Amino acid sequence: MPRAFTPKVITANDLLEGDVIYFTAQDTWTRELSEAELITDEAEAQLRLIEAEKQNIKIVGAYLADAKAGPNGPEPTHFREEFRRTGPSNYFHGKQEAEANV
Amino acid sequence: MYKYNEFDEAFLAERNAQFRAQVERRIDGSLTEDEFKPLRLMNGVYLQLHAYMLRVAIPYGTLNSGQMRTLALLAEKWDKGYGHFTTRQNIQYNWPRLRDLPDMLDALGEVGLHAIQTSGNTIRNTTADHFAGAAADELTDPRPYAELIRQWSTDHPEFQFLGRKFKIAITGSGSDRAVIKAHDVGLQVVEQDGKTGFKVIVGGGLGRTPMIGQVLREFLPQADLLPYLESVLTVYNVLGRRDNKYKARIKITVSENGIDTYRAMTEEAFMAIRGQYDGTDQELLEEIKTHFAAPEFRSGSTEAFDAAYANDPVFRAWADTNLHPHRKGDHAIVTISVKAHGATPGDATGEQMRVMADLGEQYAYDELRISHQQNVILPHVHKNDLPAIHAKLKQHGLATANVGLISDIIACPGMDYCALATARSIPVAQEIATRFDELKMEHDIGHLQIKISGCINACGHHHVGHIGILGLDRAGVENYQITLGGDATETAAIGTRTGPGFAYDEIVPAVERIVEVYMAQRESAEETFLETYRRIGMEPFKAALYPEAQKKVA
Repeated sequence: MPRAFTPKVITANDLLEGDVIYFTAQDTWTRELSEAELITDEAEAQLRLIEAEKQNIKIVGAYLADAKAGPNGPEPTHFREEFRRTGPSNYFHGKQEAEANV
Repeated sequence: MYKYNEFDEAFLAERNAQFRAQVERRIDGSLTEDEFKPLRLMNGVYLQLHAYMLRVAIPYGTLNSGQMRTLALLAEKWDKGYGHFTTRQNIQYNWPRLRDLPDMLDALGEVGLHAIQTSGNTIRNTTADHFAGAAADELTDPRPYAELIRQWSTDHPEFQFLGRKFKIAITGSGSDRAVIKAHDVGLQVVEQDGKTGFKVIVGGGLGRTPMIGQVLREFLPQADLLPYLESVLTVYNVLGRRDNKYKARIKITVSENGIDTYRAMTEEAFMAIRGQYDGTDQELLEEIKTHFAAPEFRSGSTEAFDAAYANDPVFRAWADTNLHPHRKGDHAIVTISVKAHGATPGDATGEQMRVMADLGEQYAYDELRISHQQNVILPHVHKNDLPAIHAKLKQHGLATANVGLISDIIACPGMDYCALATARSIPVAQEIATRFDELKMEHDIGHLQIKISGCINACGHHHVGHIGILGLDRAGVENYQITLGGDATETAAIGTRTGPGFAYDEIVPAVERIVEVYMAQRESAEETFLETYRRIGMEPFKAALYPEAQKKVA
């Protein structure tokens, strides 16, 4: 039995800032994981990744990351993606800092 | 210390201009990321978890106050106000933007610093004993040789695309403070029949296959250093595996082929290469040596030091812990701990860097060092200046008296920053340091080195920690393996794993239990943790760490 497909989001880093970004259903990039497109079909995920990688001039290192549906959009399932979503634990830097300044 | 000449300055300016153009071409789309990545890596630019990271070389860990101020400038102008000193005598900036990187490199270039070969499959920053030129036990200052290696290896066409990165370390003392046995090539300056040369050690390294280096040559004459190194690298370049990047290090090459075969091939290559060196390198070496002449040490009484030592217990604790014997009796080597309890190991703010630069300029003949243990050194300080230095350090959170103690932890950036990491290192280090500070035990515990890595690549040197901690991902949860008995010195050893790993919230209590065993079992306060471990072995520690397993055995 093939393993069941785990839903994914497409994530990358912004070319200029290096900041963690996510691909939306509208083919744009957002800094909020909650605004990312949650892809539930494996074949669709590969096609969407190809679509995302076409924007090479804006992004670096796109890949598919495991995610799950949450009440406010996609959420990480692994601690690595949780750290990417928030920022480092030793300083209030990264996204946690950026969001506090909004 | 070495000062760039016109050739060096022009080379660096041209190199930086090339990189500026490459960045522009990446931004306008002329270069793809696949094309750009090797170019940025050649200039020390990584992409990490949250941002780009710039790794700057501090050659053999030596810098002057002007250079330290520039490091502070980079932190404050283009980053978030701090930098991170690493185990390879580099500094890393964790938050630069792509457009700013060329300006950062230009600023570095103006003071003779660069980021060349701080990444990529090439010869990396040659590291050295951080007490070089100052230590009482030193035979010869190794830094001129390190500078010669730097000039030889920079942009060396044969060694820009090696199978993997290649690390060289050098010491001029019998006491190994440069971890030479855990490098691809370790060099120890030695004398034979009144002549200076090197003991050459190859095939050491940590990572997923930790190995202690083996002696390739007991004595290599000084004049043969570059042709011999070139021979070692040439054999590695030919013989080293490229089918599997995890097996592409010289330690694997030496291990698979045997040290005798490696030695024979190196000697054969050496015979062919030696004649190509016409002595120009030795003329250059003599010129380089003039840059490393000892400062004119001032003399005078040490009354102020003696009085502070006798009357101020806080100063005395700091002096007992953070000073090291200098080759001149009325001087001392000062290690400034950038490991305040609960702080990130190796991080210094721009302000702290400027304070240390000022102290270096005022009291240390304009010299500072970065240690592989992620601290900053004032290598030459007259003892009478120590009370003033201590007072200044206290004002800026830099007077923690913990060098060599349990809170003087080496920790890699781990998953808080590093794209390769599998677990966090920094918060584990912070919690251990905080816990033992609260217990007020660390001076009683004495010399004990904890080293933490956030992945199998072992940037935190966990294999050679007295207590080593390796963070892993076990089924989506952070898990920490412990090793005991590692040693980073001239008696180098790889630590032994205790058993199953511990969850994140279990690792600090586990370290406490290890320390409790040591405190209960040591024969006296003078017997160090490592000595006790070597005397009593692993079992008492395992019994404390895994009491349930002991019950089952019973």
